[in-house]
Amino acid sequence: MEALLLSIRLAVCVSAILLVIGLPLAYWLAYSRWRGKFLVESVVALPLVLPPTVLGFYVLVAMGTRGPLGKLWQAAFGHGLAFTFTGLVIASVLYSLPFTVQPLLASFESVDRKLLDASAILGAGALRTFRRVILPLSVPGVITALVLSFAHTLGEFGVVLMVGGNLAGVTRTVSIDIYDHVQSLNYAAANRMALILLAFSFVVLSIVYGVNRRIGRRVWSPWPAR
Amino acid sequence: MACEVSTAPLSLRVLVERRAAIAPCFVLDVSLVIPSGITILFGASGAGKSTLLDCIAGLLQPDAGHIKTGDDTLFDSVSRVNVPPQRRRTAYVFQSLALFPHLTVEENVAYGLPHLPAEQRVERTAEILQAFRVENLRARKPGEISGGEKQRVALARSLVTLPRVLLLDEPLTGLDAELKALIVDDLRAWNSARKIPILYVTHTRDEVDALGERVVVLDRGCVVSEGLPHEVLDAPRRKKLAQAAGFENLLEATVVELRESDGVMRVRVANTAGEIEVPLGYATPNDSIQVAIRAGDILLATQHPAGLSARNILAGRIVSLKQRGTMVVALVEAGAIFTVHLTPGAVRSLELTAGKPVWIVLKTHSCHLVS
Repeated sequence: MEALLLSIRLAVCVSAILLVIGLPLAYWLAYSRWRGKFLVESVVALPLVLPPTVLGFYVLVAMGTRGPLGKLWQAAFGHGLAFTFTGLVIASVLYSLPFTVQPLLASFESVDRKLLDASAILGAGALRTFRRVILPLSVPGVITALVLSFAHTLGEFGVVLMVGGNLAGVTRTVSIDIYDHVQSLNYAAANRMALILLAFSFVVLSIVYGVNRRIGRRVWSPWPAR
Repeated sequence: MACEVSTAPLSLRVLVERRAAIAPCFVLDVSLVIPSGITILFGASGAGKSTLLDCIAGLLQPDAGHIKTGDDTLFDSVSRVNVPPQRRRTAYVFQSLALFPHLTVEENVAYGLPHLPAEQRVERTAEILQAFRVENLRARKPGEISGGEKQRVALARSLVTLPRVLLLDEPLTGLDAELKALIVDDLRAWNSARKIPILYVTHTRDEVDALGERVVVLDRGCVVSEGLPHEVLDAPRRKKLAQAAGFENLLEATVVELRESDGVMRVRVANTAGEIEVPLGYATPNDSIQVAIRAGDILLATQHPAGLSARNILAGRIVSLKQRGTMVVALVEAGAIFTVHLTPGAVRSLELTAGKPVWIVLKTHSCHLVS
């Protein structure tokens, strides 16, 4: 149970941070006219195709006592980043970034440009237009983004193992716990955890597809529907 | 500011160049002064009407020129002034209306008034909703009201901010003429006290006739004509304009003879022996000209007509008859192919069928010269 609670704590932190980062990032990707935008889009989408171990490896190197991030952290807080909960959060944020940004981007882009023009002509600046028009019309996208990043973080394995290791109560998440149980041939315990994750994932996906269906148009999701 | 009456005309000189890789580049080059009241901006689609409105509203930056309301400069390429759309105080109703679907009618209308204290905001919103007769819809969402109601709400939303200029981009398409007239009446009533310049874009001739205001005709990015509708559109000077203005028949012809004393000339319609009489124009014999004739201005007869004032009678044969709404479109071969509009009743009583010989009757002054 400790592992499950830790996973949930991690997923809540990561989803919250991702929303804060994802909203402005997706806004910029949706409306910037910069020609090199596709490069940033590629970087954001990288975790979708990269093996988690590759991402985890580089994050670990960066966070290590001789890595740039690790050194900075050491100087500021007096301890390293690798194999800590904070380190795990940072790695998970990177790993789940596309699962937040893509649904947000898709729903921002589906907002009729004429509404934005109308808002500007009625005197609203970019922030007011975002708050009063873009965001309310993107609620399904925000829900999808939150649910997907939460679920994705909850289920991750490779990155956690690379960056967090396996410290009970600090970095031992559900998926690591299941792996441990299987390694020690404790199939009953593994099954309990696995069932919880399975049920949870099903509920999450039902929410996402239910929201998509309710609003009659598809918000981005990584799995092809229908 | 709240009760400021704006009679400042909109004056502009706008140059926009669009360079496309394959298509020939589009150039909008327009100088205009729009006085207070409604001015119709008329032209075929692609003529640059919406581009011009976008420039005035600040959604598009012209490559050169200036845009002023009264003495206030909104854009000037020389002194590098470009007021953002938020501060131009122009109102713009798009063809799609762009009502915010998640806000109620009242919230939509109040959207442009965030700076006002709540009490005034409510008052101003209620006032304009009443002026456009939609106060009973204030709690509805745009998805729950009819097309005509949406158009009224869109007008109310853009005018509640007391703009200095109103831009209307075919805002009343899809409404029947009667409903359109009622909405325009309310718009006129609203503007009788404010007297702001209103630029009303349309590409349909019917709407121009119904509004009956000053028309500016735009063709391929240039102003080709300005004046009252009947002055401008009944004597088309350009082929495209002729088609846009509802002249279904555009005939190639050669001038045969000028009869200055009668104010007419005889011309031969290309590929026929038939000669017709048209109003005198600047032409000399053997000049090639084009004659534009409305399909609704042509008479058909099943016997050779006699005792008519109409001067032009051509023998022909019906090629086809097609019902379109409450109108029948006939194609008649008389050397050239003529498009003729008839009522279903006329088709029945004359027993018109494809292949039947008929006579085409044209009044001299129904034939307009295009040079």
